[in-house]
Amino acid sequence: MKRAIVLLRRRLIGSIPVLLIVVVLTFLLLEAASGDAVDAYLVSMGGGDAALVETLRQSYGLDQSVWARLLLYLQALAHLDLGWSVAFNRPVLALICERLPNTLLLMGTSTALSFCLGSLLGIAAGAKPGSPRDRLLSAGSLVLYAVPGFWLGLVLVIVFSVWLRWLPTSGLETIASGKHGWDRALDIARHLFLPVSALGVIYLALFLRVMRAGMADVWRQDYILFAKARGLPRRRILFRHVARNALLPLVTVLGLQSAAMIGGSVVIESVFAIPGFGRLAQEAVSGRDAPLLMGIILVSAVMVILVNVAVDLLYAALDPRVGASEAAS
Amino acid sequence: MPVLLSRRLLLQSSAAFATLATLGFRAQAQGTGGRLIVAADSEPKNLNPAIVASNGVFFIASKVIEPLAEASFTGEDRLEPRLATGWKGSADGLSATFTLREGVKWHDGKPFTSADVAFSAMNIWKPLQNLGRIVFANLSNVETPDEKTAIFRFSKPTPFQLIRNALPVVTSVVPKHLYEGTDIAANPANNTLIGTGPFKFAEYKPGEYYRLERNADYWSEDQPKLDEIVYRVLPDRAGAGTALEAEEIHLAAFSAVPLTDLARIGKEPGIQIISAGYEALTYQLVVEINHRRKELADLRVRQAIAHAIDKDFVVRTIFLGFAEPSTGPVPHNSTEFYFSDVPDYEFDVDKANALLDEAGYTRGSNGTRFSLKLLAAPYFNETRQFGDYLRQALAAIGIDAELANNDSAAHQKAVYTDHAFDLAVAPPVFRGDPAISTTILVQSGIPAGVPFSNQGGYANPELDAIITKASETVDGKARIDLYNDFQRLVAEDLPLINVAEWGFITVARDTVLNVGDNPRWAVSNWADTALKG
Repeated sequence: MKRAIVLLRRRLIGSIPVLLIVVVLTFLLLEAASGDAVDAYLVSMGGGDAALVETLRQSYGLDQSVWARLLLYLQALAHLDLGWSVAFNRPVLALICERLPNTLLLMGTSTALSFCLGSLLGIAAGAKPGSPRDRLLSAGSLVLYAVPGFWLGLVLVIVFSVWLRWLPTSGLETIASGKHGWDRALDIARHLFLPVSALGVIYLALFLRVMRAGMADVWRQDYILFAKARGLPRRRILFRHVARNALLPLVTVLGLQSAAMIGGSVVIESVFAIPGFGRLAQEAVSGRDAPLLMGIILVSAVMVILVNVAVDLLYAALDPRVGASEAAS
Repeated sequence: MPVLLSRRLLLQSSAAFATLATLGFRAQAQGTGGRLIVAADSEPKNLNPAIVASNGVFFIASKVIEPLAEASFTGEDRLEPRLATGWKGSADGLSATFTLREGVKWHDGKPFTSADVAFSAMNIWKPLQNLGRIVFANLSNVETPDEKTAIFRFSKPTPFQLIRNALPVVTSVVPKHLYEGTDIAANPANNTLIGTGPFKFAEYKPGEYYRLERNADYWSEDQPKLDEIVYRVLPDRAGAGTALEAEEIHLAAFSAVPLTDLARIGKEPGIQIISAGYEALTYQLVVEINHRRKELADLRVRQAIAHAIDKDFVVRTIFLGFAEPSTGPVPHNSTEFYFSDVPDYEFDVDKANALLDEAGYTRGSNGTRFSLKLLAAPYFNETRQFGDYLRQALAAIGIDAELANNDSAAHQKAVYTDHAFDLAVAPPVFRGDPAISTTILVQSGIPAGVPFSNQGGYANPELDAIITKASETVDGKARIDLYNDFQRLVAEDLPLINVAEWGFITVARDTVLNVGDNPRWAVSNWADTALKG
């Protein structure tokens, strides 16, 4: 535990300059995009006159220079104030707190699912590299990996929601259902089944392939030959020696994947109408909402750092050779 | 008390008329309460229709906050009374008197009076509302001689015809007691609406849904028919269609189900496709022209472009028949103003080529006469697709159009602020009177940055004079004559090219009754909308 805290503190403090650069770059990038928050708003308003446009720009603070606005934002940020979203007319922090749990739930479940299933299938495939089972699983995973997420999502909806009517088409839970406790949890699970499957199936292929490749590699190692020579049962060699060693690269992939997942999946969140982080980021960009976008990027960056620390710790737990030196120093 | 017509009589007659006149209309029927679930594709950040008069806002807010009058297929002046029961403009155009409905209560129990109307008009519509700023520009004050009378006074003669036509859009009344003395733009009531309408605002879960509840004290006795309306946020284009098929929602308005899906979904049992209910929300497909380009400043070039566009093909292929070719800046379904005796530009590539040759822009060795920058508004599938079509149509007459893709904000800035375009595809809205949002498309002298206005540098003193004269002509007939001249002149001189005009499509389950029974149905109060069985 102490090791975790030391690691976490070092990483967070070390990343402050990086976070700062990320924030400034995000701001400038959005600034470089043509059109501002008022332009975006005028489209949805469907018209107005010159004075109204002027008033709106003033009320958004857009009449000030780029640098003045950036400075104001950074000053507020120094007081841990994420600012005000102009596209939603609400505090950025409130929006993020509202959307982040949805994305974490969606992405956490699908990553966990794909990790578990992917590594199991990877073991099945890698148990005997080159066998018909391996070929079938490898080819299958390649097909899955090539499938676009939105297409898979739509097909799942048509089959399971429109034809079979087993599961809801979209949403996070039944609207205004008044459900509580277990009923509500079950309701959310029913709603998340399809989006989690759509995301999970695609990631599953990735984990399967990494696991299988790792195992194929480990089988050729001398210590496996030695284990065989010692007359250990095949099952024991497979799980204790091959699979365990092949798990390490998988954890690396898990870390990378988790970092990617925190941004949310714009596509799956849109197809399944889940109010998550990915959609929020997309709305922030199309609304030219700099404070919101920077807030999202900041929170994502912090989350990525947390995940990486967790992965490092997991790594150390799986492989005693790793990580000891860093925590000790 | 000059009550013009009883509401029931009006509804019955409008029902009879609409059955004859429009497709898919269903007769008045008794519902059984229940919850109507509809698809919503956007979540307006300011839901107050008195401030933001846009269809996205009205779609939700019009059930809670009512205007003085609503559009009607059959009512006198094509209007149906809401919060006002009578209206009359003075002969000199300097005042308009509204008689207000008796016995109306706000959702918080306070009585609705003329003070609310006066406050809304002077403090919100005129100074803050995107369209009210134009319509009520000359409003100087609102007198309230008694609780049920509001007299609007104008500093300059203002055509009552314009005010009347604008009533459904610009006169959403909000409660004075909640807004007086506050920062109106930041008032929380802009999002948790309090109105007089058939439904009360109950709940909003961002990213998920809005919920409205039946107003038991609604002034029209046996209305509303529904217990609840829920707007489910479905951002994906395919979402509304699948949710309808899976019977999770009852209705998707504003073509939330893409046109290309209609043929398939229309065959599903229990689903109906309704095109009625958008007659007063006509969108126009327009080619905006930057007259600063010397080639485009030549009328013959503009005529050539008009001849190069096959309007029937556009209607058939892009709108799949759910549109009509345009002849000019006022759409056909504006029976009051539409004028058909204008020059017509039939599809004729040879003629277009001849006009360009005559203008001196002969084809170069590569077959190209000159190049243009074409920007298509990204707001609708159809505007983007028309951009692709226009590029090909121009290629056929030797004009090389470079098509640029922008998102909404970037398009807005490029066209209406930076003028960084030669041709642009725009979808302006005709809002019942040319003076609301149509003349601004061709009038000169509009500062840069004004959205959906003439930013192409076109200036025609004759046209400007007609527009100005019409804006102060009180006599309705004389004003219509002026707008006939306006339409003729626009079609002759082509400051922009009107290609097609369209309304949206509602897809609903058969159980939803009375869909599309007024010309602004999707953005009206849905007091008579019901669910069967």
